[in-house]
Order: sequence, then C-alpha cells, then structure tokens
Amino acid sequence: MSPSFLVVRNNVCGARNNEAGMETAILEMKNISKSFPGVKALSNVNFSVQRGEIHCLVGENGAGKSTLMKVLSGVYPYGEYEGQILFNGTEQKFKAIHDSEEAGIAIIYQELALVPEMTVYENILLGNEIRKGIAIDWNKTIQRATELLEKVRLKVNPATKIKDLGVGKQQLVEIAKALSHNVKLLILDEPTAALNENDCDNLLDLIVGLKEQGVTCIMITHKLKEVIRIADKVTVLRDGQTICTLDAHKGEVNENVLIKHMVGREIQNIYPAQETRELGSIILQTKQWTAFHPVTGRKVLDNVDFYIRKGEIVGLAGLIGSGRTEFARSLFGNPDNYQLSGDLILKGKKAAFNHPEKAIKAGLAYVSEDRKGNGLILIQDIKNNITLANLKDIMKSWNVVNKNLEVKVAEEYRAKLNIKTPNVEQKVVNLSGGNQQKVSVAKWLFSKPDVLIFDEPTRGIDVGAKYEIYCIMRDLAAQGMSIIMISSELPEVLGMSDRIYVVSTGRITGELPAAEATQEKIMHMATN
Amino acid sequence: MTTNDIKKMVRSNLRDYGMYIALALIMIIFTVLTKGLFISSRNIANLLNQSGYIVVLAVGMTLVIVIRHIDLSVGFLAGFIGAVTAIALVSWKLPLILVLPGVLILGVLAGLLTAYPVAKLGIPSFVTSLAGWLIYRGALLLVTGQTGTIIIDNPTFNALGNGYIPDIIKSETFLPGVHKLTLILGALAIVWFIAGQIRNRKSKMEYGFDVLPTDMFVMKLIFMAAILGFITWILAGYNGMSWTVVIMLIVVFAYDFITQQTVLGRHIYAVGGNPEAASLSGINVQKITMMVFGSMGFLTALSGILFTSRLQSATPQAGTLFELDAIAAAYIGGVSAAGGVGKVTGSLIGALVYMSLMNGMNLLGTDISLQYIIRGIVLVTAVVFDVSTRKTKV
Repeated sequence: MSPSFLVVRNNVCGARNNEAGMETAILEMKNISKSFPGVKALSNVNFSVQRGEIHCLVGENGAGKSTLMKVLSGVYPYGEYEGQILFNGTEQKFKAIHDSEEAGIAIIYQELALVPEMTVYENILLGNEIRKGIAIDWNKTIQRATELLEKVRLKVNPATKIKDLGVGKQQLVEIAKALSHNVKLLILDEPTAALNENDCDNLLDLIVGLKEQGVTCIMITHKLKEVIRIADKVTVLRDGQTICTLDAHKGEVNENVLIKHMVGREIQNIYPAQETRELGSIILQTKQWTAFHPVTGRKVLDNVDFYIRKGEIVGLAGLIGSGRTEFARSLFGNPDNYQLSGDLILKGKKAAFNHPEKAIKAGLAYVSEDRKGNGLILIQDIKNNITLANLKDIMKSWNVVNKNLEVKVAEEYRAKLNIKTPNVEQKVVNLSGGNQQKVSVAKWLFSKPDVLIFDEPTRGIDVGAKYEIYCIMRDLAAQGMSIIMISSELPEVLGMSDRIYVVSTGRITGELPAAEATQEKIMHMATN
Repeated sequence: MTTNDIKKMVRSNLRDYGMYIALALIMIIFTVLTKGLFISSRNIANLLNQSGYIVVLAVGMTLVIVIRHIDLSVGFLAGFIGAVTAIALVSWKLPLILVLPGVLILGVLAGLLTAYPVAKLGIPSFVTSLAGWLIYRGALLLVTGQTGTIIIDNPTFNALGNGYIPDIIKSETFLPGVHKLTLILGALAIVWFIAGQIRNRKSKMEYGFDVLPTDMFVMKLIFMAAILGFITWILAGYNGMSWTVVIMLIVVFAYDFITQQTVLGRHIYAVGGNPEAASLSGINVQKITMMVFGSMGFLTALSGILFTSRLQSATPQAGTLFELDAIAAAYIGGVSAAGGVGKVTGSLIGALVYMSLMNGMNLLGTDISLQYIIRGIVLVTAVVFDVSTRKTKV
C-alpha cells in the first residue's frame, strides 16, 4: 500500500464515502495553491485520481482546470506553486514538462503540438526516437508507429504528412505519440472542442478502450454530455477551489447537478427566452454566390442563396469543413482571395468588398472562430484590442488616438459584457478563454455593425459565459442588429436562431424556420 | 507603502527604464575611467554627432522589426545614396536644395522596391533585403569605381554632419563660452514638457482617472526638468546643438509621435502583434508593410546624408555593417524579434548605449578586437535582461 491512502480527501459535497483503502490512487494533488499577480488561480485544491479510471475535470472558464494541469505537468515548475503532488505513491517535484513525461504523465492540449511538415511516424516518435547507433532506425520507427496507430484505431499511411490530416485524425496521432512514451496517466485538455460529432464519438470510444488497456485518463471538457457518457468520476472546480468529486457509478452525475456545482446556482434555461418580435426588411442577401479557391481551384461555395432580415438571428448549421466559415469570410472582404461570382446585396445595393476594411466600413463585423489565431492581438492589452477595428471613433485631429477616451470606451464594454479583469490595461493573453471571447465581441460591437457574423461564438467557453453571450446576442437582435451565427453545436443553433440554413459541401442544403427545426432534420440535411 | 510594494515598483520600473539606467551607468563608468573626459561637453557633442546616422537607421529598423521583418540592405543603400549625393553635388554641380529631396525620394523608392515582393508575394524580407545588400554594394562600387573617394566641398552640406546651430546672442561678459540659443531651446523644451504633462494630467482628471498624487507629480516634473537641464547645459558648454542633433531629435520626436499617438502607429503595432487579426480588423497589412519599408528607405537616405556629410566625402566602403549596428541598437533598446513590441525612444537609447561604448573605449584606447567582444557581450546581456524582466508578470 502506498502512503497516499492516508490522505483525507476534500469532501465538500459529501458525495464520496471514504473507501480509499479499496482503491489505489495513481495521482494525489494535495492543497495545491498557485497565484498570479493579482489573482489567486488555485487555492488549496485537492484532486485525486484512481488507477484505471476516466476522471473528468469540469468547471467554468477561469475555474483553474488548465492551471491545475499545468502544475501537474511541470509547466509551472516545483516551487512556483504550493502543495504536494504524489504520483504512484511518491512525491514528485517536476521542474519541467520533460520530468512529468519521464514519470509517465502525458498532456494533450487543445492546440496540437505536431509538426505539420513531418510525417505521422516522424511525429509519433519525435523526441523518443528509436536509434541504431547514432542514426535513427527508420524501419523500426515505422513498425512502432504502425503498432501505435492500431492502438488508437487510426487507419492512415504512417508516411502521410500531418498537414494532410484532418483535426480529428491529428488528435489521434497526438494520442499515439503520448502512448509511445509508455504513458500511465493521459491528460486531455478539451480534446473534442474542434471535432465534429463523428470524430468526437471515435475519440470517446478510444478513451474508453485505452482505459481497458490500463491507461488512466483525466479529461478536461465543457461538453457535459461527454462527461456523462464516459466519466467514472468527475471533479468540479470553481473559482480555483475543489467543489466536489462525484462518482458516476453511484448515479451522482447528471447534467443539472454538474451545472449547479459549476456555476454555483441552478441554471433553469440554457438559452434566454425569445420574445416574439417583428423582423425588419432584408438587409443582406446573396444570390448564386459562388467561390473558387485561388490556388487549388476547388469550388468552395456553390450557388449560395442566402438572406437575413434586420434584427434576425440566422443560424448556419453544418459539419466542420462544410463551407460555413468560408461563406462568412467571403462576405467579410474575402481575405482568402477566393474567386467570387454572384451577387452580394447589402441594404438594397450591390456590394463588393476586396478587403475586410471595406466590409467593416459597410457595416459588417466578423467574430472569428479562432480568437487566439486571428481574432485578438494577445500581446496587447484589452483596450487596444477593443478599439482596433474602429479607431476613427476615438480619434482627435491629426489622426491622434484619444487614449483617455479609449480607456473610457473600454471600461464601458468591460462593464457591459462583464469582462472579468482588474483593469483594461491587462494583456489579453492573461485572460481566460471566456473573457477573451468577450473582448473579441466587445471589439466588434464597438465597430457598430449592422450585420454581425459570429463564428462558433461559444467554442471553449463555460456554461455561465455561454449564457451571457447568448443574452448579448438576444439584446443586439432586439436592438435591430442582424446576426449570422455559425455553430457546430446543434442545441445552440436550435435555441438561438430565428431561422436556420444548413450547409453541406459549400451548398445550402436546407432552410428551416426555428419552429420546424429538429436536430434530426438538420443532421439529415447536413450529411446530405 | 510596504516593502513588497516598493519591490514591485522597482521591478516594474527596472523593466521600463532599465535601458535608461544602463545608459547612465555606462556613462558614469566611462566618466570615472577617463577622469571626466567622457562627460566633457566636447566629447558629448562628438558622441552625439557620431551617433546621428545610427540613431536614424535604428528608428527605421525598429518599425521594420516590429512588423516582423528585417532590412539588411540599409547599410550599403546609405553608402550608395551618400555617393549619389556626392556625385550630384561635385560632378553634376546640382544645387543642394534639389539634391537633398531628390536622394530622400530615391531612398523611399528603394525601400518600396525591397518591400514590394515582401508585401505582395510574401517573400521573406531577409531574402529581398539581402538581395538589396548585394545590389547596393555593387552599385556603390560602380559609382565610386572610377574616382574612388569623392571629396565634397559644399560647406552647407558638410555642416549637416559637422556644424552647429548659430548663436543669436554673442556676449563675452554674460556666460562666456556658453551657447545661449541652445540654453534658450533647452528652457523652451522644459517648459513645453511641463506644460504637456500638466495638460495630460488635467485631461486624465476630467475623465475621472487615477493620477499621481500632486507631490509625486511635482517631484517627477522636477526630476525630468533637471535631467533635461543638465543635458542642455552640457551641450551648451561646447558649440551648442549641432545640426545632426537637431535632425536626430526631429526624427525621434516625429516617429515617437506617430507610433505612440496616432492611428497609423496602432496599425503598425497591430500588424506586428498578429498580422491575421490585424487584417480581419480592417487594417491593410500590405499597405502598412510598404509604408514601413518606405520610411526605412527615407531614413536610410537621411543616414547616408549625415554620414557622408560627417566625412565630407563619399567612399567605396561607406555603409559597411551599418545595418547590423542599427539592428543591434534596436535590440538593445528593447525591440522584440517576435514582433509587435518595441519603442522608437528605446532604440534611441539603444543606439546611444552602443555608441557610448564605442566612444568610451576609444577614449580609453581599448584595442578594437576587445571593443567588438565587449559590444557583443553588451548586446546579448541587454536582450537577456529585457526578455527575463518581461517574463515576470506584474
């Protein structure tokens, strides 16, 4: 027996009985505290994982999940946090990621860490190369990679380059890479956030399969359905504290309970109520809108007929890669330089934008799906990000930025959107995902658009922040703004839209009023 | 104030003013080692005149690095433009009033030429500017090939690099040997600075923002005024302000204003911080790239003019390695290679640190081999310091 059995568990919910003697803990994190200047990210967190279980870690954005995992993996080295980590019964003092990998812990982040220009087998054994003398033994490498690919049930040629694989397959390669290290504890940070339903299913099945092979798994996720489907245990964090650990096999886990613990209150409605209202006239319309890729010549959009009325929320449903984002970007100044044909009619007039600059001037805004990659300037502060798309509104003569007015504007949006930050001079990189998304929204609201395109508005955002974003959308629509919402989450599309278009392979394959739409109908059209 | 607060304040100020402190330290050390010779009015005037061409280049390079590019062509372009200036003045006997704007425009065009493949086709600026480095080196040899060094006899032109602003009051009784116009300009600068600070503070108070408490604000003003006054006094002690210093100050002020206060400046830092996000925010990245390289070309021409004027001649070797001096100055001044971070004023200080080292070691008679080694150590120390202080979050 390892000494870790003597640990008294945090037991806020009273859900667990102390039956520690019956199980063996692979991981014990005790009284972990971690502070950033001005913020206590973790305070006395206790977290324990039993050998061979799937343990989900849930909580709102900023609750401390990622921070806790960074403490565990050595991203924040020993000495930068308080508390104790026991892994396999012995105390660990990881100084770097390398140390935790050595011990058998592997983390797979949301942002994948693969080298796109290298092949699958090169990536799998990167940093763990099989050698023959001083050279790499490529035959053995390929053989080993093939074995690992079978383990993760991925059927691809190991010589394929990573950049030629979809996100779902890349995720599996990443897991295969982790397995090559002889991993004992696998940590997945929102593994399904960027996956479509099919890939999600595959991945979840795989995780269950790995469990049967003896791999213990910690999964951070916002998708409660997944938690219910695969978790043996669930630990809820809130505001940097352990709220409770629930045992699925005792029937303690269901969606309402989880949400209650996560937000600290019961959320009755996930979507704010819709008031019946009169919609205005058509504000934006496309006719036979067709786009070709500038390099490959592939038809990206095929005769799209689309319209949106003033004050309407239109949902764009469809699978990832179906052409929804491409459609949005083709409207928004066409930054990808597609060859376009067909008509774009804005406020009754034909329009053509060859740069986002023009689209913004004409009253369009685009909250991108990848807020870190192309939405925000992470190294700049909140206020600079909010005003970036509309500096002319805070300009004095000589194109001089009125910095005082800028702070005032940013403070207004901070209050309005409830962005949690000590001040608007904070760098965006230090904010949690939900707050970053709010900065992104604030930026585009300040550009005062007529048509706002929301690309995956709630990706990677917790339940509480989601609700706030939904309320903002409702308010804006009630004030007469037209909102195009691209979303891969069907309940969200159904809950928020007045009308829904379904997109598949660059074509509109269906149009439904919200009242008639169901998940089944949409999926049918989307896979058509 | 607890000791913790003080520690925090010191740390955050160290980061913001680290380079100023480093410059002051270097100056004090050389002053001690040279028994006061370094800080003499004559030497400081000389140091500033030597620094002119590198400050001007470093200012331009700052923006280029901020938008994640590099321009290796500036050294030989400066040399080439200097040679063209010399030929236009000496061989073609064109009036200075035409030659100066002409070569400045030539510089802008050269900058745009370097930028065009970068902005439109996405060719790495390292490659296009390396091509420029080769081409302008060849061009410089070509135009100076027959004559070798070209001596310039135009006194107005030569004054740009060697002359001083005239004094308005010539008095032998009141403060003899002190340049009065420089004193007056320094006094005006202090008044202007204080007025600006007060206006700024008022405006902040109107918005209801926090401002420094009055006593600390006054102390800050006195401190800054004292520093400005000291610099003025030193400059006035020799021949007063040189034309090079005037040009340098105008360039730094103009660029600092543009980058820190205007929409264009915001756009430049946005492009450096995240070009894709900048583009989706309605910023024309290609246009910004062209403008930044155009400005680099303009400043390169100005640098060439200053250097040629200082030597009073154009030589086939002019401009050799200027580009690396400018890049080093910008890095010492806190510009980040990852883009999006770096100030023009920082690069001014960086260039002064770099040139002070050179000047001080020359005064001490340090061997040139050792000088290079020490400059290398200072460069890497400065960047290590900058990066590590940036990491500690405030």
